[in-house]
Amino acid sequence: MEETEQFIMGDTACAEGAIACGCKFFAGYPITPATEVAERMAKRLPQVGGTYIQMEDEMASMAAILGASWGGLKSMTSTSGPGFSLMMENIGLGIIMEVPCVVVNVQRAGPSTGLPTLCAQGDMMQARWGSHGHYEIIALSASSPQELFDITIKAFNLSEKYRLPVLVLTDEVVGHMTEKVVIPPYDKIDVYPRRISTLPPEEYLPYVSDEDMVAPMVGVGEGYRIHSTGLTHDKRGYPVITAPVQKEMMDRLIYKIRNNVDDIVKYEEIEMADAEIVVIAYGISARPALKALEMARDRGIKCGMMKLITIWPFPEKRIKELAPQVRGFVVPEINYGQICLEVERCSAGKTEIVLVGHAGGAIFHPNEILEVISRL
Amino acid sequence: MKKQGIKELNGMPGKHPLSDLLRDDRMPHIWCPGCDIGTIFASCLTAIHESNIDYNDFAVISGIGCSGRAAGYVKLDSFHTTHGRAIPFATGLKIAKPKMKIIVFSGDGDLFTIGGNHFIHAARRNMDLTIICVNNFTYGMTGGQVASSTPFKARTSTTPNGNFERPFNLAYMAAAAGAAYVARWTTLHVRRLTNSILEAFNKKGFSFVEVISSCPTSFGRKNKLGPPLHIIQHFHKISVIKNSIHPKDANLDIEKEIVVGKFVDIERPTFFDLWEEIYPPIREKRGE
Ligand SMILES: Cc1ncc(C[n+]2csc(CCOP(=O)(O)OP(=O)(O)O)c2C)c(N)n1
Repeated sequence: MEETEQFIMGDTACAEGAIACGCKFFAGYPITPATEVAERMAKRLPQVGGTYIQMEDEMASMAAILGASWGGLKSMTSTSGPGFSLMMENIGLGIIMEVPCVVVNVQRAGPSTGLPTLCAQGDMMQARWGSHGHYEIIALSASSPQELFDITIKAFNLSEKYRLPVLVLTDEVVGHMTEKVVIPPYDKIDVYPRRISTLPPEEYLPYVSDEDMVAPMVGVGEGYRIHSTGLTHDKRGYPVITAPVQKEMMDRLIYKIRNNVDDIVKYEEIEMADAEIVVIAYGISARPALKALEMARDRGIKCGMMKLITIWPFPEKRIKELAPQVRGFVVPEINYGQICLEVERCSAGKTEIVLVGHAGGAIFHPNEILEVISRL
Repeated sequence: MKKQGIKELNGMPGKHPLSDLLRDDRMPHIWCPGCDIGTIFASCLTAIHESNIDYNDFAVISGIGCSGRAAGYVKLDSFHTTHGRAIPFATGLKIAKPKMKIIVFSGDGDLFTIGGNHFIHAARRNMDLTIICVNNFTYGMTGGQVASSTPFKARTSTTPNGNFERPFNLAYMAAAAGAAYVARWTTLHVRRLTNSILEAFNKKGFSFVEVISSCPTSFGRKNKLGPPLHIIQHFHKISVIKNSIHPKDANLDIEKEIVVGKFVDIERPTFFDLWEEIYPPIREKRGE
């Protein structure tokens, strides 16, 4: 297969990324603006020996991808706000059972039905904390169809490496915009394979982890006769309803991510060498932010930008490092301040932070961001 | 009185006769004395044992509830999922592992109240799953609240003056939604129940076995049904076997009459049959 260039929609690029890295199962429920992901998967999966199934709701979609992933298939679902809310309980099941899979949220404006056809970035905190209990999650963000393609592959790889549902967060504008996407030959794509134990059934315990705190899996139907549960469980996967076992399990679920943040966290830095004002942006807002940065530079303002690719875990270390060195952070996001809260937390009062908020339904004009940069 | 182990009690040399299917390192189980789930679970294990199907080709999926704990006691690949979502989880697993026998073992509240939508859709798709439903007329696990299976006027902790809603007829709903196999038994019809579960395993498509069961602790006490044995003897006494009748006529009145039997046993193309019909090139591509 040759490298190809396609002129495709973000949602389509997301589906193509999944296919390119071997996704074989998609369960979903239509919702604007994520429907096109499902539609592309419905067309493409049968061509590659995979299965698309349209479930009766998003709770079922999420449950089905967990089941299929246990069955050994790379599995994905996609949705938007209302469906994302419905998936939350089973995202938690995926966290506690440690099931690799990918959940795409093409964000639209909420609360509730909100603006079904218009963009927002209002689910950033829901992505972090939306399922009950305390947990760590991985969420990646994309600001173009190309990035959606690349990040979907990355999401699958991280989900297999760290055994958890990985969230791809984008928004209506990126999902529906059509741009050039370069699709490399599939055999040139790095695919992280499932971590499979080589131990025989007598010796294998489902939740005994490797050094990086991630436990290798085994196939269903291969004689291991594993048990996995949403209840707190020990190394055997057996429910144990006690505080010490809760701690042992939770420590692993939390620290398998926290101890590996350097491997997981990715961001891009633009014009940072002499930057005094740093725009921290992600998703669609990173694009007008980039334009604002150029305009600011034209005016002689020493402005740089940190574009977040990994949203969760948050790139805490870098922001802590930058805070005492810069005059201020400008955080444009299509909500009333979510990622901005994290920036404030990490900066610990060491620099000035200005939110450029937006209610949703439209993207920023670069001038809106430029104006804040100029004022700082 | 000195406590006796299972060994002394049943006079058998150490192990449960189905111990190759039991996670005996998880005993004792959580089920209350007098609870019927154990009987249904044992019927299910016996059917697995008698099926001549390799144990490794089975997986058991449960939702949440007392019945849902079954997945944790069976020594097979087994998954204890979330409340109501066992069927969609099983659907995903079945698609990934089409050759495996996937059993969903769960309660009436789980399968028909919170999870009712998944039930009817899996039946409509004729997804190749075997659903075993412990119908104890209540939410046992949470202490006996009203469920969509609770009989009219029955007392539960959330219907202190009696249930003013009408219950579902689960067997009728299964049949109407498209199940290929539908049977109902009580926990005293052990032999028939086991046979039905076996038939269900061998049935192509969506098979459903409803088991009328007592919950002496949470349902029996509130409705003054008497001691556990009395309750199931009563269920058994008022049950009449009417094989092949239309499930809409399969009356379920725990005071007067419980119609049991095998109501549906039909051939209907399954999810997989129709998939293969619509997408033959894929089959070729897979080299089948
Ligand atoms: C989403 C959600 N809602 C409520 C509960 C609490 N809950 C646990 S078990 C149960 C009822 C189970 O009843 P049933 O399925 O009939 O099984 P039984 O315990 O009677 O065997 C409920 C409501 C839960 N675990 N999850």
